[in-house]
Amino acid sequence: MLAWTIYITFFGVLVLMLLPRDNARAARIVALLTAIAGCVVAFVGAIQQTNPGEVTTIVKVPWIPSIGANYYLAADGISLVLVVLTGLAAVSGILFSWNIEKRTKEFFAFYLALIGGVYGVFLSFDVLLLFVFYELTIIPKYFLIARWGSTRKEYGAMKLALYSFVGSHLVLIGLIAAWVVAKGQLGHASLDLIELSKVHFSVGFQHWVFPLVFVGFAILAGMWPFHTWAPTGHVAAPTAGSMLLAGVVMKLGAYGCLRVAMVMFPEGVRMWQGEIACLAVAGIVYGAGVALVQRDFKFVIGYSSVSHMGFVLLGLATLNTIGLDGAVLQMFSHGIIAGLLFAVVGRMVYDRTHTRDFNDLETMQLGKKLPFAAVTFVLAGIASMGLPGFSGFVAEFQVLMGAWAVFPKLTILSGVGILIGVAYTLRAVQKGFYSDAPAAHGGHHDHPLEPISTAEKFGAVMLLGASLVIGIFPGLLMNWIEPCFNSPLSMFARLLVKGGSQ
Amino acid sequence: MNHWLTILTLVPFLGGIIVAGLGAERKTLSRGLALATSFIALGGAVCMWMHFNAASGELQFVEKADWVPSLGIQYFLGVDGLGALMVLLTAIVTPLAILVSGTLFEGDKNKSPHVYYALVLWLQAGLFGTFTALNFFHWFLFWELGLIPAFFLVKLWGGPKRGPAATQFFIYTMVGSVALLLSFLAIRFATGSFDFIELAAMAKSGALTKALEAHFAWKSIAMIIFFGAFLGFAVKVPVIPFHTWLPAAYSEAPSPVTMLLTGVMSKMGVYGFLRILLPIFPDQIRQVLTPLLWLAVATIVLSACAAFAQRDLKRIIAYSSINHLGYCLLALFAATSVATGVNNSDLQKAAALDGALLQMFNHGLTASALFLFVSLIEKRSGGLRGLDDFGGLRKVVPVFTGLMGVALFSSLGLPGLNGFVGEFLIFKGVFPLAPWAAAISTIGILVTAIFLLTLIQRVFCGPLNERWAKMPDLTTAERFLVLPSIALMFVLGVWPQFILSAVDATVVKLVQQLNF
Repeated sequence: MLAWTIYITFFGVLVLMLLPRDNARAARIVALLTAIAGCVVAFVGAIQQTNPGEVTTIVKVPWIPSIGANYYLAADGISLVLVVLTGLAAVSGILFSWNIEKRTKEFFAFYLALIGGVYGVFLSFDVLLLFVFYELTIIPKYFLIARWGSTRKEYGAMKLALYSFVGSHLVLIGLIAAWVVAKGQLGHASLDLIELSKVHFSVGFQHWVFPLVFVGFAILAGMWPFHTWAPTGHVAAPTAGSMLLAGVVMKLGAYGCLRVAMVMFPEGVRMWQGEIACLAVAGIVYGAGVALVQRDFKFVIGYSSVSHMGFVLLGLATLNTIGLDGAVLQMFSHGIIAGLLFAVVGRMVYDRTHTRDFNDLETMQLGKKLPFAAVTFVLAGIASMGLPGFSGFVAEFQVLMGAWAVFPKLTILSGVGILIGVAYTLRAVQKGFYSDAPAAHGGHHDHPLEPISTAEKFGAVMLLGASLVIGIFPGLLMNWIEPCFNSPLSMFARLLVKGGSQ
Repeated sequence: MNHWLTILTLVPFLGGIIVAGLGAERKTLSRGLALATSFIALGGAVCMWMHFNAASGELQFVEKADWVPSLGIQYFLGVDGLGALMVLLTAIVTPLAILVSGTLFEGDKNKSPHVYYALVLWLQAGLFGTFTALNFFHWFLFWELGLIPAFFLVKLWGGPKRGPAATQFFIYTMVGSVALLLSFLAIRFATGSFDFIELAAMAKSGALTKALEAHFAWKSIAMIIFFGAFLGFAVKVPVIPFHTWLPAAYSEAPSPVTMLLTGVMSKMGVYGFLRILLPIFPDQIRQVLTPLLWLAVATIVLSACAAFAQRDLKRIIAYSSINHLGYCLLALFAATSVATGVNNSDLQKAAALDGALLQMFNHGLTASALFLFVSLIEKRSGGLRGLDDFGGLRKVVPVFTGLMGVALFSSLGLPGLNGFVGEFLIFKGVFPLAPWAAAISTIGILVTAIFLLTLIQRVFCGPLNERWAKMPDLTTAERFLVLPSIALMFVLGVWPQFILSAVDATVVKLVQQLNF
């Protein structure tokens, strides 16, 4: 069932290509229907899966037998969480790009192609297939930014594409090495993740291959100091582009780290655990600190993403059940909240005022002109700060609880990052919406702003609702995530045996 | 299974949602609805108080259900004497604050009264939740839920410097909250529990410190965690030197909001000390008891001196609030001391804690009444509230002078009024337990008397400032508004048993818990 998320989405791309060039309305509706269909399939498929702790095969047919590649789609609880996130992000992204007039059809075609690739990554249990889908997402990303973006869009797009390619080449080198060794051990060629997760690579081998694969994926997750593509890319991208970049594309990197690098090389993780945690906390504190001094509204959110993804990496580095639970939940939570923040800044504010500079926004008193945007941003900001009641709290809460076990000093340091997070969010609320600076009269700022559309309201309510529901009933997702790490038979069992002190 | 406390918390929360949905146009309706909601909550709280079994120190009205079992999160509510007292105080102060909020919205139509009233009700819901929750996760949810409405109430309806004041308030509190959160995550990790009652039992047997040290292999971890939790509450009370957010926030906030901030929100901090810090970290408190006592003494003396130096009525009362809560802390810390060689030390500790609880309630009542009077003065003077802006008011507004005088003397601790009993019990208890601290603290009482008398003299006595010759006295409606607080001051002054009998069993239990 879940495989249909991929097929429906790519079918939507096909339909969009066949549409006449100038029918923007039809393109929007086709895109929205496709995304909703994908989202519904994701939800129903996820709920139908009775045993989220185990990997349930969806389809497995030989693809390139000579190298052991299969067309192997499957899902466990972690895939389910991320597939549902992708469904939500896809629908809301389209609602927030309803106003795209320039080459609408191509825009949505690229958009859906990106979504299809993301669904593919989250459902692939064959390393080659996963890698193919992973690469597939780079191309639509590049075009979405380079064509429909703003502020140095070619630069941002190129930087993102280059970083992604460098990352995936590191991954590729590592995986080829692993394939060769695994072939020697198993006696036959295999690219099956489950099989590979049972291979015992020698400690010396893991010591150098693990960092290659991990860093390759972590570049896309925005790990400090390889994060610099993220802010520029987010800022340059059109609203829906930033929503997807922060919402799901960064999760691809974190997912790759967990599903491929850590599962295949458990000894490698244990060797590099401390270093990863240090980089993660550096990202948390540094991202928050830089966000605090930005003048461009979108850069604030861009750097905040780096900071929040630091919690995902910190959770991964703990190697205990609760930290990993938190990391996966944080992927979901950040996907929802960052998407919403970018939607407010990019669509609700920038598309109306044509500026993201705090000095200009301060004179506009948007809190009065766009009350819906202001309230949405305040709520999303509260969620992003990690205040209880929203999903971010439950996620960061578990990450930190797990981190106490392994890195007590780093945990205290990451508290500083949370505090700076509060400060930059407050600053953004203050400067963006509720400034007391005198209103500028005359000039182009005085014209009345277009009211918030119904599509935007729907999107915002959907995302806020998701964050709130998970914040109050985290069990809904925890029931999918926890069994994956708790079951002694799962592919993560090797990871947890010696590492965590639980 | 009863859901009394859940319903009590939901009433203002849902009321807030309805009021927020009314829209800015229906000013009177939103105010009326907010008022009705807060009166329903008051009725509920009074009912709870009547049904509360004062003879028992145990938790009552308990609700317990699993929430997220894998994380040790439960939906766990209940009140003992302390919780019930604070719920009652919250329920009393909120309708008063709503009643005096009307002047904020006179004339100007752009001030969104519906949002204001909704935020006040949500703040009340947050306070109810904080005072009844007994599981850290659940409690923290409400602890933060109270902060957000308070921030926006200051930020959007405050005085000229409201922006920086609100931000400072929020950031300070968040520093405390994050430290508190990290501490409890560490505790949860080491013990597997978020339950305050369970943790207190572990602390009593010494298992908590051992578990922490064993899990972290870090000798000083228990102390670090204690300081994290301490910071969370110390900022909220506040304890000097963590108090610098307070004068700005209290004086910039609109007066009704200041009533809530000082009347109830500051009690969240003291409540945290009593419910969480004392029972869970008695060992750690004992290790650093002398510095903590010094902090309490500094809070009492320095804030009184600071109040003496102020020229703004709101700031004077703000600093005097710090001073009054300092006595509570003095009592709390003294009650933790080992006290060998003191006769009847349990009795003294009980007296000190009884006094602290009484003082919490009294201060909530008196300080909110004082800010209410200030808001009435501001209404008449067009916003002026400097110490030197008035003079001789007693000739033009005798009723006002008389009633505000009662509140001021209650704050000063005049026998016969409520303030006296609390402070008397505190000093009675603390003197044998920590004589030096009690002795130095008396300076605070002296300075308080000086600055409050100065206030009375400058504002109400002396030659009449001609500018105010036509100041109207309290209207009948306003008299009824302040009447309940003034009446309670007298009642509690001569019959403190009303509260003491209800909290005594709780205090005895707390003292037993601290002795091992």
